[in-house]
Amino acid sequence: MPWTKLQIEREEPAFDENAGQDVRKLSFGEALREALDQALARDPRVYAMGQGIDDPGGIFGTTLGLREKYGPRRIFDTPLAEEATIGMAIGSAMAGLRPVSIHNRPDFLMMAMDQIVNAASKWCYMFSGQVPIPLVIRACIGRGWGSAAQHSQSLHGLFTHVPGLKIVMPSTAYDAKGLFIASVADPNPVLFIEHRWLYQHKGYVPQDVYAVPFGQGTVKRPGRDITVIAISHMVIESLRAAEQLEKKGISLEVIDPRTLCPFDEGLLLKSLEKTGKLMVADVDWKTSGFAAEVVALAAEKGFSFLKKPPVRVCLPDIPTPASYVLEEAFYPGVADIVAAAERLMA
Amino acid sequence: MTGIMNEYQSYGDGSQIGTEQLLSLYRVMARIRLVELKIESLYHLDEMKTPIHLSLGEEAVAAGVCAHLHPEDLIFSSHRSHAHYLAKGGDLKAMIAELYCKETGCAKGRGGSMHLIDVSVGHLGSSAIVGGSIPHAVGAALAFMMQDKKSVAVSFLGDAASEEGVFFESMSLAALKRLPVVFVCENNFYSVCSHISARQPNPDIAMRARAFDIPAVKVDGMDAGQVFMKAGDAIHQARQGSGPYVLECCVQRWRAHAGAGDPLREKYRAPQDLKPEWMRDPLADLEQVLRSQRAVKETVFQEITGMLNGEIEEAFHYAQNGPLPRKEDLKKYLFA
Repeated sequence: MPWTKLQIEREEPAFDENAGQDVRKLSFGEALREALDQALARDPRVYAMGQGIDDPGGIFGTTLGLREKYGPRRIFDTPLAEEATIGMAIGSAMAGLRPVSIHNRPDFLMMAMDQIVNAASKWCYMFSGQVPIPLVIRACIGRGWGSAAQHSQSLHGLFTHVPGLKIVMPSTAYDAKGLFIASVADPNPVLFIEHRWLYQHKGYVPQDVYAVPFGQGTVKRPGRDITVIAISHMVIESLRAAEQLEKKGISLEVIDPRTLCPFDEGLLLKSLEKTGKLMVADVDWKTSGFAAEVVALAAEKGFSFLKKPPVRVCLPDIPTPASYVLEEAFYPGVADIVAAAERLMA
Repeated sequence: MTGIMNEYQSYGDGSQIGTEQLLSLYRVMARIRLVELKIESLYHLDEMKTPIHLSLGEEAVAAGVCAHLHPEDLIFSSHRSHAHYLAKGGDLKAMIAELYCKETGCAKGRGGSMHLIDVSVGHLGSSAIVGGSIPHAVGAALAFMMQDKKSVAVSFLGDAASEEGVFFESMSLAALKRLPVVFVCENNFYSVCSHISARQPNPDIAMRARAFDIPAVKVDGMDAGQVFMKAGDAIHQARQGSGPYVLECCVQRWRAHAGAGDPLREKYRAPQDLKPEWMRDPLADLEQVLRSQRAVKETVFQEITGMLNGEIEEAFHYAQNGPLPRKEDLKKYLFA
């Protein structure tokens, strides 16, 4: 879809996590492809399927060449039957395989909610650990070019509500690869939610296989004034805001939790103890979303650290509009993070 | 025979089935029957604190299908799963203990009667979401194909599950990939209290498979010999690599959707189902065949019943006296 690429190139400035360093660099999308390639090479039980997996575009480049390399048994296209496809993935996991089910958009996962919520998340508990479900579901959040209400949702707040699922949302190329390797190795169902605007961003990615452990957040930028828990693309926006704010004498500590379930509570509380102020920047709606959960955690376990009421920088509670002028008003970004930080410091 | 039964083609009278095989079917069906009757007789004591969906009247389907399965073949089932679990060889003690919500239950008291499991005999857990386990059977069949195994997956579903979209999606996927899966629709004509005539413009479930070029037959599910013969064809074809198969087995649900007895039957059953001649008994019919055509003696039936009753008494004793789960273990097993 070249039109979305054009818009992303115009509106999303290039980001290089390791700018100026002479290291092996891959884009976020290339890192995901390498991770899937290595997961398939390492374990014959792994297979990947999804609508358009062997298209010329290769799911934003993340599956290119893999059908040729691993054959149509392990890399195959699927009908538009999300419920049965994910149910089939679950059944194959019960029978000893390690499925990766790839979906263009989280919006389409709604067609498979029964299998995700009623089966995948519950099998391990309901059957006292006898049949775990090692399953990875990938989906990519869309944004821009009039993608509108049904092609731009993240919806991770729906999934973090359900016990028994692990939710992974990487923001950098390094984490994308390491978290994907960890997801395939995990014996539980994992939702791996990507963001379309991260794919061309670059960063250091080792060639070797490595896993980024779940439940360990990372401080993307240390700071002293405000703790920012940022999710997915909002990590990049927060880092950009932090640069601007530094010139105004405000120091953000940007934390990427990387996995929402499990969530690194320790890192949140440690940072809050230092800063006393909390901002949560999310790519999902505000009400009853994951940002609300982070604020609730801070209130329950870090109340004594808080010097100001926490703030949430999230999507407004409306469906995504199509018109570009409304999109501009809809999506929070650097300016909203800067304004929120200034209010917190006032 | 009710009206719908008259529509069946004739598949013979089971005369090609050996006496030992018929006796084996009889044992499995009698075991299901006696277990269900025992559960029903004790249910009012409120010691089995879990919903029950009895398989009484539907024993021939589970027995006739599972007779052709190997231990490494996998079955997937629903809320009404007692018969499937037992026919596949599931452990009786662990099943009854699960109904008593004990730590010694097959799911350690986390599942209850709708979530039976016995991994050791190829039963990986049943789902209480109507239609929810249909694609799991397709997935297991996919795994067999990728692992180059000659195993077969069986999806037991009800007539209500055949109304779910996932049934159609699953048939489509199974046909597309020619997977070794047999969809066994146990059509008892009722979804809770709603008759199929109130739910479907065309009550013929088997014909839905034609859209996917999947072979399908309608079977008299009250006739153990017929089920055995047709299931044998279906499972054999799937095992040989011919792809999926649909069996619609028409049965009678003797009891209510859930619980013991059928106290509201006068209020929801179709008039023809309330007539005394409606009720057929697949176990008694099979017994009659064995007595009259195969000269099986009374002592053989007495011996079978005696052994089963002994086993059932022992299972209930085991279940009633087993330990309950510990409250400290509430959060155990969320993740592997």
